Amino acid sequence: MITFKLNGQTVQGEEGQFIIQVAEKYGVAIPTLCHHKALEPAGMCRLCTVELFDGRRTRFVTSCNYPIWEGMEVNTDTEAVHQGRKLIVEMLLARCPDVPILKKLAEQYKIEETRFEKENEGCILCGLCVRMCERMGNSAINFAGRGLDLRIDTPFHIQSDVCMACGACAFVCPTGYITLDKIKEEFSKKNPTPIPSEYDVGLQGRKPVYVPYAQAVPNTPAIDSSVCMHYKTGGCQICTSFCGVDAIDHTMQDEIVELNVGSIILAPGFEPFDPSKFDSYGYAKHPNVISAMEFERILSASGPTMGHLVRASDHKEPKKIAWFQCVGSRDLNKCDNSYCSSVCCMYAIKEAVIAKEHSSEDLDCAIFYMDMRTHGKDFERFYNNAKDKHNVRFVRSRVHTIDPVAGSDDLEIRYVTEQGEIVEEKFDLIVLSVGLQTSAEVFELAQKLGLDTTEGKFCDTSTFNPVSSSKEGIFVCGAFQGPKDIPQSVVDSSAAAAAAGEMLNSARNTMTRTREAIPETNVFNERPRIGVFVCNCGINIGGVVDVPAVRDYAATLPYVEYVADNMYSCSQDTQDAMSRIIRDKNLNRVVVAACTPKTHEPLFQETLINAGLNKYLFEMANIRNHDSWVHKNNPDLATKKAKDLVRMSVSKVGLMEPLQESELDVNPAAMVIGGGVSGITTALSLARQGHETHIVEKDSWLGGQAWNLYRTSKGENVQAELKRLIDQADADKNIHIHLDAELKEVEGFVGNFKSTLSVKGESRTLEHGVAVLATGASPLKTDEYGYGGDPRILSSLELDQKFIENDSMLDSVDSAVFIQCVGSREPDRPYCSRVCCTHSIDSALHLKQLKPDAQIFILYRDIRTYGEREYLYKQAREAGIVFIRYSLENKPQVSIEKDSIKVITTDHVLGKTIELETDLLTLATAIVPNGDEKLSQFFKVPMNEDGFFVEKHAKLGPSEFATDGVYLCGMAHYPKPIDEAVAQSKAAASRALTLLSKDKIHTSGLIAEVKPQNCSACGVCVSVCPYSAPSFIPEDARMFPGRAQINPVLCKGCGLCVASCRSGAIHLKGFDNDQVFAQIFAMSEAG
Amino acid sequence: MSDWEPKIVCFFCNWCTYGAADLAGVGRMEHPANTRVIRLPCSGRVSPKFILAALREGADGVWVSGCHPGDCHYIEGNYYARRKFALMKDLLEHMGMDPGRVQFSWISSAESTKYVDVAKKVIESIKELGPNTFFNKTQAKVA
Repeated sequence: MITFKLNGQTVQGEEGQFIIQVAEKYGVAIPTLCHHKALEPAGMCRLCTVELFDGRRTRFVTSCNYPIWEGMEVNTDTEAVHQGRKLIVEMLLARCPDVPILKKLAEQYKIEETRFEKENEGCILCGLCVRMCERMGNSAINFAGRGLDLRIDTPFHIQSDVCMACGACAFVCPTGYITLDKIKEEFSKKNPTPIPSEYDVGLQGRKPVYVPYAQAVPNTPAIDSSVCMHYKTGGCQICTSFCGVDAIDHTMQDEIVELNVGSIILAPGFEPFDPSKFDSYGYAKHPNVISAMEFERILSASGPTMGHLVRASDHKEPKKIAWFQCVGSRDLNKCDNSYCSSVCCMYAIKEAVIAKEHSSEDLDCAIFYMDMRTHGKDFERFYNNAKDKHNVRFVRSRVHTIDPVAGSDDLEIRYVTEQGEIVEEKFDLIVLSVGLQTSAEVFELAQKLGLDTTEGKFCDTSTFNPVSSSKEGIFVCGAFQGPKDIPQSVVDSSAAAAAAGEMLNSARNTMTRTREAIPETNVFNERPRIGVFVCNCGINIGGVVDVPAVRDYAATLPYVEYVADNMYSCSQDTQDAMSRIIRDKNLNRVVVAACTPKTHEPLFQETLINAGLNKYLFEMANIRNHDSWVHKNNPDLATKKAKDLVRMSVSKVGLMEPLQESELDVNPAAMVIGGGVSGITTALSLARQGHETHIVEKDSWLGGQAWNLYRTSKGENVQAELKRLIDQADADKNIHIHLDAELKEVEGFVGNFKSTLSVKGESRTLEHGVAVLATGASPLKTDEYGYGGDPRILSSLELDQKFIENDSMLDSVDSAVFIQCVGSREPDRPYCSRVCCTHSIDSALHLKQLKPDAQIFILYRDIRTYGEREYLYKQAREAGIVFIRYSLENKPQVSIEKDSIKVITTDHVLGKTIELETDLLTLATAIVPNGDEKLSQFFKVPMNEDGFFVEKHAKLGPSEFATDGVYLCGMAHYPKPIDEAVAQSKAAASRALTLLSKDKIHTSGLIAEVKPQNCSACGVCVSVCPYSAPSFIPEDARMFPGRAQINPVLCKGCGLCVASCRSGAIHLKGFDNDQVFAQIFAMSEAG
Repeated sequence: MSDWEPKIVCFFCNWCTYGAADLAGVGRMEHPANTRVIRLPCSGRVSPKFILAALREGADGVWVSGCHPGDCHYIEGNYYARRKFALMKDLLEHMGMDPGRVQFSWISSAESTKYVDVAKKVIESIKELGPNTFFNKTQAKVA
């Protein structure tokens, strides 16, 4: 250590350090232009000149490269120093009069006009770029010329191959003389472009050292070795000089890790279609033709425009935006993707609605489409609202070309309306709704694994095993199984987990380890002894907030026994040290003032547990995310805020109590309500994973609606497969089938349900840990289109029955008509029944096969053969099946004649009325759910307006209810084809298993509790709780009958009942009234 | 009073606005340092008593923020909060306090930009109302 005086203050530095480094450490600012922390100092700009007194005389030295020595005296702030620097700035300004940083310095030193002869240079010859280039390992530039000709140049002033156009010189150049553009011009061989950010689909650049996006887990930066200069030249490594904890190791290598596994699940996802292949859309040419992925980023608050809706070319707010559907989908001419990507219609509508919300003015949004495919749950409603409430324009037209409008960045298109008119329209922005496809890499992987793939390069699966690949033990989920949206991907993922679990059941729990429990110290009745740890987080907090001051302030607070500040509180060694301190100092409450509890609370709670302290005796003060990071420009206020936050946390933590997480036994049995394909599949999955399962079926047979189906869209025989499923269920010892059964009563809650059945009048009681609702759906009994009045008018399922029975009636069919959307997508039933388009087309194809000469017509509103079902639609058109569109306002008319059935409809292409005479009219009737109010009340699960059950989360929790221990699958959730029903059934089993596989459930400590002596039995808590956790104590109870009690297992700790309780009888542990009040009072204390 | 800065107590839902404030930090989005955040599990946990206590204890403003309607982590807590706060505003007005001292917003955990915008707006509007002297009788008389 070397001790010397800096501006009169005694300071210390390490041997070999320069004055400027020590000054920085002590917060003394010295101006400099040519100094860089990671590079050797050169003393070129002379601006860092300071006054040095060596005991005998005073002289001027450059602080950046003058090493410190014992006893020296340095002054950075004297009049002489200022005068010297002023002269230096004046001379630099004379050389480079237009450089902004010099002008700013001149202003600081009150130089109005330089006294020297002005030159017109941009470079101050500081050589920082030369040193940087050398450090980069290139040395492509250096000083050239002598005396007045001295300049920074490449050898012989010609373009050099050594330069890699990394841009480091431009990055460090203090005057802005070197720019990326200049490098681009002068080194035309290279074309330096920013590294495109993957997260922002190239709309922004990113650095070689980067965190992919703000919420990335783990939130640790990575070095992209493909672009990092160090891996190209061996130089640079500048990042290491900035990392405070020496975490960067450039020598790390990729490792090959061998894993021994019993099963593989493939979830490689999709890539968006690259629309630059389409010349006519000019995606690569016109900046305002963008892909939907890019538009998503523009709408996003974390995107390149921070959610401001502006277009790329001129940052103007667009007034008119068009979406083009089916770009890279349903197209064989320009790309090979003839399937439908399933998700684009819905995302385009969503983007249009959000764009309208983001726009400050009235925005015109037009969606150009072929068929509007909103076949998902609640999607049709969203579509109707977009049309009717948000005035999004829907234009049924495929646009051929996009032309630029001369003299502007706008775009012009020509299209044909449904009425046959040709319209020209201008738009500010055009969004291409790109499809989903399997990437070449993933396809290669599939081939390497020897998996069968489909025509569309997706993994081939069968209807009854929708997540099993052609290779045993390899499962698949997400968009690699077929293009699909988030809910369906989430369903698949759970299903794949269940499928793997079924196979690996014998190995369950063979590789688990139990953790050694550390005994907990009893702190009951102890006076609080609070330890406060204030984190510097390197310079993240310490660089703004005066951490030592906060620490010392904390020491003055009541009950605080110990304070410390850490460099990085979350590092392993600090954690160990904290555990030790908690034990040694006998602390019984801990406050960590650091980052956010959302990411780090569990980590510090672990530290408490390791120290034998209950983990709830803890509180965090968020002085980084909420303070130092957002108040960088105001260190004083940031420090004051940090003190306030620490005081608030200390006040609260003093009132924290050790909380217990109670244990509850889980009954390992399951009850599945509904014995259709979904119910049986769920039961089989649970049974195969070792759980006793009861199937409760209201009919006298298993199989449900599937008995009415002839074949799947992939051509599998439904009857045979169904029989196989039922046989498996019959044979499984873990499965108990209750036919003719009705659910009479349900008691209990997650882990411990008790249900009473009535089976043919006899009462049966089942005890089970979970329940799965698979109550299915039925076809609508319609009276439209003459249904029921003639044997030649059938529903889709009745036609299937004829196929199954090979009915002779089919022999006489020479003409057939199918009418779609019978009862679906109507004001009374505003949802799409999802399966009918595919079903009718498949039936029509089968009919065509039976009777090749038959004339077949399908009257539809939108054909919704999503995913690879689109091939059937194509096949049907090729087979000569005629598709005629009708509108809701102008439905077909059906009249029953003696020899035939007459169907009158208006053809949308010809614009004329057509009369069809047919022998067979098939109605694609809507699917209506079977679920009833009673069931919904038994399990306290909601139903939507259409009568389908409402899942926990539309996207992320599609197969479970918000009520713990109750799951959902099949058509009770929404109409769906068998493959999706099977996937969801396995998914429900998978979700149920996460609970059943535990012997015990641990409740959270942060839950509400009633003090019954204060309860006035008003019942508000019972009525507000969305989880049905509060209930009345039975009237015949010995203690507090009629008052409220809260089931700790059901309580999620939201505190709604606590805030609503009029008597103050309910307490929310961890966020109780006194604790929150303590925070409020502490806030006001310092004034 | 020229250098007077309002002190604003914030009750944020852990699942949305608290996260948005964290994310604003990750994005280093500078905004004034007038807020003091109290983290709660849900905006439905906010009792009107908390708001009144904060105002009585000298906070110049209170800002409550939860999840967007329909997005509550606890299904519907924010709806109850919304109803309570509508009544709360009436109560404040009835008391003679400017209801503008208590502000509500819905900010999801991804909306850091919105968070900063709303924070600035809340701070600005409470600054305009001046110091809260409502519960401070002596000072109220002097003023």
